[in-house]
Amino acid sequence: MTATLDTTAEAENKPAAGEIPSFDVTLKIQRFSPEVGPDPWWDEFTITVHGTDRVLDALHKIKWEDDGTLSFRRSCAHGVCGSDAMRINGRNRLACKTLLKDVNPDKPIIVEPIKGLPVLKDLIVDMEPFFASYREIMPFFINKGNEPSKEHLQSSEERERFDDTTKCILCAACTSSCPVFWTDGQYFGPAAIVNAHRFIFDSRDDGATQRLEILNDKEGVWRCRTTFNCTEACPRGIEVTKAIQEVKRAMITRAF
Amino acid sequence: MQTHQYDVVIVGAGGAGMRAALEASGEVRTAVITKLYPTRSHTGAAQGGMCAALANVEEDNWEWHTFDTVKGGDYLVDQDAAEIMAKEAIDAIIDLEHMGLPFNRTPEGRIDQRRFGGHTRNHGEAAVRRSCYAADRTGHMILQTLYQNCVKQDVEFFNEFYVLDLITDHDLSTEDMADGAEVNATGVVAYDLATGEIHVFQAKAIIFATGGAGKIFKTTSNAHTLTGDGMALALRRGFPLEDMEFFQFHPTGLAGLGILLSEAARGEGGILRNSDGERFMERYAPTIKDLAPRDIVARSMANEVREGRGCGPNKDYVLLDLTHLEPSHIDAKLPDITEFARTYLGIEPYTDPIPVYPTAHYAMGGIPTNVEGEVLRDSHNVVKGLFAAGEVACVSVHGSNRLGTNSLLDINVFGKRAGRSAAAYSKTASFHDLPADAADRTIAQLDEMRDRPEGERVAEVRKALQETMDANAQVFRTKESLDQALADIRELQARYKNVSVQDKGQMFNTDLLEALELGFLLDLAEITVVAAINRKESRGGHYREDFPDRDDTNYMLHTMTYRRPATAGDTVDGTVENYFDHVEEFGDYKIVLGSKSVTQTRYEPMERKY
Ligand SMILES: Cc1cc2nc3c(=O)[nH]c(=O)nc-3n(C[C@H](O)[C@H](O)[C@H](O)COP(=O)(O)OP(=O)(O)OC[C@H]3O[C@@H](n4cnc5c(N)ncnc54)[C@H](O)[C@@H]3O)c2cc1C
Ligand code: SF4
Ligand code: FES
Repeated sequence: MTATLDTTAEAENKPAAGEIPSFDVTLKIQRFSPEVGPDPWWDEFTITVHGTDRVLDALHKIKWEDDGTLSFRRSCAHGVCGSDAMRINGRNRLACKTLLKDVNPDKPIIVEPIKGLPVLKDLIVDMEPFFASYREIMPFFINKGNEPSKEHLQSSEERERFDDTTKCILCAACTSSCPVFWTDGQYFGPAAIVNAHRFIFDSRDDGATQRLEILNDKEGVWRCRTTFNCTEACPRGIEVTKAIQEVKRAMITRAF
Repeated sequence: MQTHQYDVVIVGAGGAGMRAALEASGEVRTAVITKLYPTRSHTGAAQGGMCAALANVEEDNWEWHTFDTVKGGDYLVDQDAAEIMAKEAIDAIIDLEHMGLPFNRTPEGRIDQRRFGGHTRNHGEAAVRRSCYAADRTGHMILQTLYQNCVKQDVEFFNEFYVLDLITDHDLSTEDMADGAEVNATGVVAYDLATGEIHVFQAKAIIFATGGAGKIFKTTSNAHTLTGDGMALALRRGFPLEDMEFFQFHPTGLAGLGILLSEAARGEGGILRNSDGERFMERYAPTIKDLAPRDIVARSMANEVREGRGCGPNKDYVLLDLTHLEPSHIDAKLPDITEFARTYLGIEPYTDPIPVYPTAHYAMGGIPTNVEGEVLRDSHNVVKGLFAAGEVACVSVHGSNRLGTNSLLDINVFGKRAGRSAAAYSKTASFHDLPADAADRTIAQLDEMRDRPEGERVAEVRKALQETMDANAQVFRTKESLDQALADIRELQARYKNVSVQDKGQMFNTDLLEALELGFLLDLAEITVVAAINRKESRGGHYREDFPDRDDTNYMLHTMTYRRPATAGDTVDGTVENYFDHVEEFGDYKIVLGSKSVTQTRYEPMERKY
């Protein structure tokens, strides 16, 4: 299917992008719907977009003006809610954070669902397995002592120690870019380890031993083969591989 | 169709919903129904902070915080509620810290605090450091922390379920109820996005925590999913909405996009400049300048642009200047928002000022509640078993203009209170029978929308709505502009009856849900504009150029808007205050405007100067 839509009216309202004119772009999107048939198929759409439009704008344009059945998740539209991780030209990204002009619009832009999780419809995958491994690492603060009447004290350095991993928005871009996760659905995956890291390195938390035990499992951190796909994929710029390495090291150095 | 029974059903899993869930789920059988995965809720987008007079870095106390809240809201705030919020703020912050929230720290290891618009020392003397924060992702940390604790507490979620109807034992949209008569909320009807199946939830207590309605405007900091569902459902069931004319336009949205750059940017020293490079806020708010409350800054910006001192090729925005700040300071305190400027506008904030313009941000109005979170069905009668908290509700702690950081506070304080009240109520109450046809209205609505073979596109109607709201009901309003908006909305309501969806399937039919969400938006935009037409004064976020002054004699009142059948009388009921006595007739229904008095305790209204 090919469609050309005129979107100049929309474009006129966009600001400050004088130098980047509108251009045409083709999206080649992997489609699937169990209500249509058992196999996925590809659709191509050619649309006119504005210089500062993102992949999410293009998907909206297609859905709103051409094919309402195209299905994807989204909410915040500026990279903070984690709804719209997808494979864009073979790389996991958030559609709302990926400018079309930055993904070589001269060739069709290939859009697919993230890999390793069951596809339910078009770009929507089943997130339950992802959240299940997140829940397994006890992703919550555990504090055994008496609660202080005010806040726990924590130095800025101690706070900084786990800052990077607090940024996670659970988008699954990392986990679904991991070759180990693709072949072994049991592996906890980088996102779960990132969230364990967030607590293991929090000076106020007392649950590190339990979490390290969980991650010492055969499907835990040791499955990581340090391919750095996850770090590259993370839209929040979290050094995912480094976090996994730090958890591995903690396992060796902390007696439990 | 499936049916479920819970003591407490919470609709919405943002900050307010999850804070309520943490209270209720330990006590009684609780379910949380949410159209998004909890961590996708828009609370996660909040950046700047949450205020509490901890006095960790300088002298402060809750009474000053109360005063700022009341004054910031241009005295339309219920002062008893504001006082509760400011007092309980301190425990709310400590609660969050004890749940693990990683706040930024002072050199002594205490929770750090920074300045924020409208928060002052000793009743306006100077800006005070009151906002507790975690870099510029405070909302993200709150949402994550609350979700983590819900996981810890094994809270039961129904994710990607859309609540599409509220069931009550009396339908106030068709029935008049006498003063004091009992009305009970008995359940909700939800649609499972994954399968298209209908689920009916019977509950002793229901908490609405569905967030805001920013998508009635085109330029907004709100998520695509903030379509005001809870407010619209309450309205359709005959419950009033309070103060809907008051919508906050946040000064610093990325120009043209609406993506928010937190006020923290100005709290950390950022300055607004016009095309002459002038720090124009010095003219409008000589004392606190760029940190004046949002309504004042937004209007000042819009006025600079109107008077030809805007920047850029079309002179349609002003600049937020951070270039005098150390890059390391920017990285430490404002990492996310500076990245937004880089990603979406290609601007490097270290060296170049950022184009900004006001963006629709926050609904001060909503479902009226008392301080226990109980929903009111008029100026004083509560609906049994119905509670609301968060942006969907109007307590009213924000009056006509919310201060920055007071919403994250609101969702924590009143989310907790609503959760506690609902749990306590459900322990004493019993289930009410649901009518056999409880889901029929919803099913009929879905079928009609899905089966309509051909018609207009949802996106076109929605775009027209958002454009007229931006053009006619934004920062500056007049009778003419609002009449135009209302006429447009009337026409769009008619066109809405003829929209159709292309996706006819059952699974993940987001096409269908967007159509229903548009229905909510239209109803809310209509109410907003009618209430704005009625309020012939300027106060807080509502600015009428044809009535530029605050008029305490006639308008020191909350607006209560009711949607009633065309055949009903023009008062809500004989005993209810109906001061405004303003009625707009629309074919099969009409909108009746009543009022509710403002609770004043400590503070006499004064002129609001900064
Ligand atoms: C960009 C931005 C920055 C902000 N920064 C700050 C700040 O620094 N400080 C501050 O105090 N405030 C800030 N605010 C305001 C504040 O974040 C919000 O007002 C607050 O988070 C609202 O929380 P909530 O729980 O009421 O709603 P939300 O977090 O929006 O949650 C709504 C929930 O309702 C659910 N829902 C909605 N409709 C339905 C339905 N029909 N069926 C089922 N579920 C439904 C959704 O799934 C979601 O879980 C900011 C707002 C924005 C937009
Ligand atoms: S670590 Fe990064 S990529 Fe992985 S889930 Fe979190 S935010 Fe997404
Ligand atoms: S839509 Fe929220 S991250 Fe992209």
